[in-house]
Amino acid sequence: MRVALFITCFNDTLFPGVGVATTRLLERLGHTVDFPEAQTCCGQMHFNTGYQRESIPLVRHFVETFGDAEVIVAPSASCVGMVRELYPKAAALSGDVGLVSAVERLIPRVYELGEFLVNRAGVVEVGAYFPHRVTYHATCHSLRVLHLGEIPMRLLGAVKGIELVELPNIAECCGFGGTFSVKNADTSVAMLGDKARAVLDTGAEVLCAADTSCLMHIGGGLHRLRAGVRTMHLAEILANTEV
Amino acid sequence: MPTQRLPAFPDAAKVALADTQLRRNLAKATTTIRDKRARMVGELPDWEALRAAGSAIKADVMRHLDRYLLQLEEAVTRAGGHVHWAHDADEANSIITELVKAAGAQRVVKVKSLTTDEIGMNAALQRAGITAIETDLAELIIQLAGEKSSHILVPAIHKNRSEIRDLFRRTIARGQDLTDSPPELAAVARRYLREQFLAADVAVSGANFAVAETGTVAVVESEGNGRMCLTLPRTLITVMGIEKLLPRFEDFEVFLQLLPRSSTGERMNPYTSLWTGVTPGDGPQTFHLVLLDNGRTHVLADGVGRQTLHCIRCSACLNICPVYARTGGHAYGSVYPGPIGAILTPQLLGLDRAKTLPYASSLCGACYEVCPVRINIPEVLLHLRGEVTQHASLFDLEGIAMRQLATVFASPARYERAQKLGRFGQKLFVRDGSIRSLPGMLAGWSSARDLAPLPKQSFREWWRARNATEKERSS
Repeated sequence: MRVALFITCFNDTLFPGVGVATTRLLERLGHTVDFPEAQTCCGQMHFNTGYQRESIPLVRHFVETFGDAEVIVAPSASCVGMVRELYPKAAALSGDVGLVSAVERLIPRVYELGEFLVNRAGVVEVGAYFPHRVTYHATCHSLRVLHLGEIPMRLLGAVKGIELVELPNIAECCGFGGTFSVKNADTSVAMLGDKARAVLDTGAEVLCAADTSCLMHIGGGLHRLRAGVRTMHLAEILANTEV
Repeated sequence: MPTQRLPAFPDAAKVALADTQLRRNLAKATTTIRDKRARMVGELPDWEALRAAGSAIKADVMRHLDRYLLQLEEAVTRAGGHVHWAHDADEANSIITELVKAAGAQRVVKVKSLTTDEIGMNAALQRAGITAIETDLAELIIQLAGEKSSHILVPAIHKNRSEIRDLFRRTIARGQDLTDSPPELAAVARRYLREQFLAADVAVSGANFAVAETGTVAVVESEGNGRMCLTLPRTLITVMGIEKLLPRFEDFEVFLQLLPRSSTGERMNPYTSLWTGVTPGDGPQTFHLVLLDNGRTHVLADGVGRQTLHCIRCSACLNICPVYARTGGHAYGSVYPGPIGAILTPQLLGLDRAKTLPYASSLCGACYEVCPVRINIPEVLLHLRGEVTQHASLFDLEGIAMRQLATVFASPARYERAQKLGRFGQKLFVRDGSIRSLPGMLAGWSSARDLAPLPKQSFREWWRARNATEKERSS
């Protein structure tokens, strides 16, 4: 399949390795990856912080950039959630019927990486090898916006050599929440404290998730504690091979 | 509710966040109720259909609220009750005060009622020389402690049993030996409350539901104190928000399944009292229903915010909320805490008085998932945030930064320049390969979290470099 990679500004700027891993993984599975270079930010931070009108030009820009792609894949549940759940609202707010229908046509083609692999490409076993003790954090947007359910766990479970440990209280938010993490820093950190405790309780050496934003938050806390647990995006584990 | 601006949530939350005993009490209590709820809801194969029905009935109520309210007034009057209309808290309080005075009473017993707390009724009665006695165990605890409720259903959730024992020994069980065993504590409260019930001439209650068709009012409770208040005194005054209507009696079928399972995690609550006007020789012989607006029609007028009025005060959203579980209810500054409070309070009070509340959420969506009437709380939070930024000053720093960023993101060239600028600018903050302290609005991040510096190469630069190498190879 010809896949347009929606890298997300967050990964592009802060976690380019996730993009590299996503590209290598998709190519290894026989897909052709395009990277529409005009892409910038989906507008999630603006929309969620209340700058909904300000996000409209970004929605328009996204639609123009990815307009013709057959499938659009992003290594981020939360940015895909933005497109799927909130783009219709942003488009409606713009009052532009053209944008409303363009968004409608776009949405069925946008996938989160794991969702694309399992639901669209039909693979669970991607030929990955990762001989480490790993726990998986189900991010809120994976769970409650995209309803990914068991998809990420199935992908990880099929990885050769992996020792997968379930994270206690897996459905609870880690406390990131975008600008919540700075606007309500104390509460965010209190939530992080409990999440970090759950992660440490698993004895895992790697914490994995489908969003680097949550991982930056939990990982930032673990790093401050010198906890000895590293964070990796799902794509980075799935891209890893034995040879 | 107070007329001044509420304290900012981030500041108000600090108190609870620093109180380890409170954190422990809250975590234990919310987890227990949350798990019970999940078990009870899991039993019903048609739970989603019930939620949809609940939501549809409430949507219909909101659409035709004017008609249903008049229908209710007529039905209550026909059944021998008196209906009063209160535009705001002051009007409601003066109506109630006059009614109590007319009944010649100096004290009233109260069924737990958020609506009377919303209007500050106890204090208003006190000013008129009338004592209101809370009869719900947790409300009594709060009243004795001189505190405010921190949970819709379990007002004293922030207190553990040894704290309650100490409180009782200071107040209603002075000089008594008392352990912290719950049956013993309940027995002390029961003895005290029995005297109050038997001596009261007037009771004040809230209402969970009122049926427009029949004029029937319902109170759903667990302890039986409600039943006492609703049946023993000669005069009953019920204060009800205008949104608590149900069109038909048969709608109870839906709501009496949704409410107990969502709130206490029970299949059915122990006491459900239904009454229609007055019945000669049975129960209160005078019944007053005070219908309260107090900002509700303002909420109703907002197409997105309106769903907030569907709330049946079950508190499932509080118990599931990771923010509430850590900050407790007091941080929300109103009688409606938790996710529902974060959307209801700013709409009732006016957004300018509670503009940090719509931000008191990580938007995790757990509240929406458990809401028995499917209030899309995250949607309303975002809607209210939109209102906050629209009305902010043009010189608001965050607004300036956000508008700048939007301009940057709207152009690939500007976006890429900003990436490069960031890599250069961060040099000021990187120490030993990590960023441990950030300035200004970002300082909250680095209070407990490190940040990895921006890598030398962005993804797009890697992509371009790879393409260039491939082209070279193929040429």
